[in-house]
Amino acid sequence: MSKFKYTPENETKFQEQIKKYPNSNSMMLPALWLAQEQEGWVSPDAMIFVADKLNKSPIEVYEFATFYTMFNLKPIGTYHIELCKTLSCMVMGAPELKKFIKETIGINPGETSEDGLFHFSEVECLGACGGAPMFALNGQYHENQSVDSLKNVIEECKNASKSSK
Amino acid sequence: MLVKVVSKNFDIPNSHKLEVAKDNGRYSSIEKLFTMAPEDVIEEVTKSGLRGKGGGGAPCGPKWKLMPKDDPRPAYLIVNGDESEPGTFKDRQIFQYDPHLLIEGIICSSYAMNIHDAYIYVRGEYKWFIDRLNEAIKEAYEAGIIGEKVMGHDYRMDITVHRGGGAYICGEKSALIESLEGKRGHPRLKPHQKECEWFFDNPATVNNVETIATVPFIVEKGYESYTAYGTERSPGTMLFAMSGPVKNPGVYELAFGNKMIDVINKIGGGMKEGKKLKAVIPGGSSCPILTAQEVEKAVLDYESMWDIGSTLGTGGMIVIDEDMSMIDVAKNLIEFYHHESCGQCTPCREGCGWIDKILAKVLAGEGTQKDLDTILEVCETMNGKTICVFAPAVKDIIKSIIIKFKDEFVKEFK
Repeated sequence: MSKFKYTPENETKFQEQIKKYPNSNSMMLPALWLAQEQEGWVSPDAMIFVADKLNKSPIEVYEFATFYTMFNLKPIGTYHIELCKTLSCMVMGAPELKKFIKETIGINPGETSEDGLFHFSEVECLGACGGAPMFALNGQYHENQSVDSLKNVIEECKNASKSSK
Repeated sequence: MLVKVVSKNFDIPNSHKLEVAKDNGRYSSIEKLFTMAPEDVIEEVTKSGLRGKGGGGAPCGPKWKLMPKDDPRPAYLIVNGDESEPGTFKDRQIFQYDPHLLIEGIICSSYAMNIHDAYIYVRGEYKWFIDRLNEAIKEAYEAGIIGEKVMGHDYRMDITVHRGGGAYICGEKSALIESLEGKRGHPRLKPHQKECEWFFDNPATVNNVETIATVPFIVEKGYESYTAYGTERSPGTMLFAMSGPVKNPGVYELAFGNKMIDVINKIGGGMKEGKKLKAVIPGGSSCPILTAQEVEKAVLDYESMWDIGSTLGTGGMIVIDEDMSMIDVAKNLIEFYHHESCGQCTPCREGCGWIDKILAKVLAGEGTQKDLDTILEVCETMNGKTICVFAPAVKDIIKSIIIKFKDEFVKEFK
């Protein structure tokens, strides 16, 4: 038995969505998204839960989840910075932003800061090439960025976490 | 130079809201649509010469004709919004500024193929755009535009948004369907003869967002209004995206047949800070690169681009200036492809990794002529020996960079 369970709200969303497909297999992505939105990552327990729901073996869900890079298979920090590294962003200055993150937060791509506040990922093209360089903060796009604007965003995150404590 | 077929409402404030959209002509094609027979809609789209805007450029009408007639199984329309090709950011403009145009297009296209269920597969990173699209779909359901009836007509239409999980390869139509079926996004083997796609063994058609968004214009105004734009062999318009160090990067709708250099200078505002243009990757990163001299000659339509040895692709131009090292460009792109190869076919999975390693060696100043030869050899091994066109695309871009900018690589040799 899995220790994970959807919240009643997510359970309703799941039941609404599953009606829309001719086969419940289509629910793999939506079901994992609901789990990740609920906990911030997809835990082994959540995968077992999804497997039970969709009549699959846990390994099938694991095999699926490891293919799609957006699923966090480990817990990550409160603020997830996804910096685009692909061509247009590289040409427009993404390497400087990467350097700045390393200098100010002290983390490399794939790492979480010691206080658990930031997680940094270097990602491939996010489809915002006209606003290069760009990063997403917890999924929200920040385009036409510079070291100064990134600095402000990092400060805002730090202040928000202080005031919530 | 700019034209307004798909982008007509993009500049109108709150154009994503149903009320504003309706005031500006959205859903005005539906009345005419239901006076037409479905096959007449397909005929109209065929005559318009509309081509797939997702990169392949396959004619849309003939593709729709591949759907089996009188098949008892339900048919499906799958809209490809997995926009992940580097340099391409046009479909998001439709999600953001005119989601109701997409819904209208889905109604028109579904009616033509007797489809009642449509899925819009949107890349997972586009969460904000997915929310906006879902709001528009909700509005459309509540207003009776879709649902059990389409604006009072006896035709059921259901639309569902499916969020991707961050895999570039799911933009390949058969990988997209695999993903929609709850599997890893591995492209399928192509059939011997042309046929439709299959979603859980039911007939299905996959079309790009922009292609579907063009259909209402053709239905409402007739194919001649569409062929009035563009060239004889590439009729119509396209949303061209421009990125890199130009003054005004962005998405611009243009008729086919404009000179690339004019588009970069007149619409893109030319290069930033007076820099010199060095190269352009014309249609998303998978198209052979063009040198500055080739850019002078390049014309933005399918045939002209083929004539100069490249392709139009998605129309997403990446402009590169004189300061950029082409080895860095090649390395950046191969890292992308290495990361995104689905891993199903050995030549692609291993080939991308090998090229990545060899280019790292060249960048470290350890390269020799033999390394470049090895890369070109690996490119040939990747070409035409895999299930999908991912590996041939890698070959196209990497080989073109190495051959056209060979001097830069040679300079770094030890």
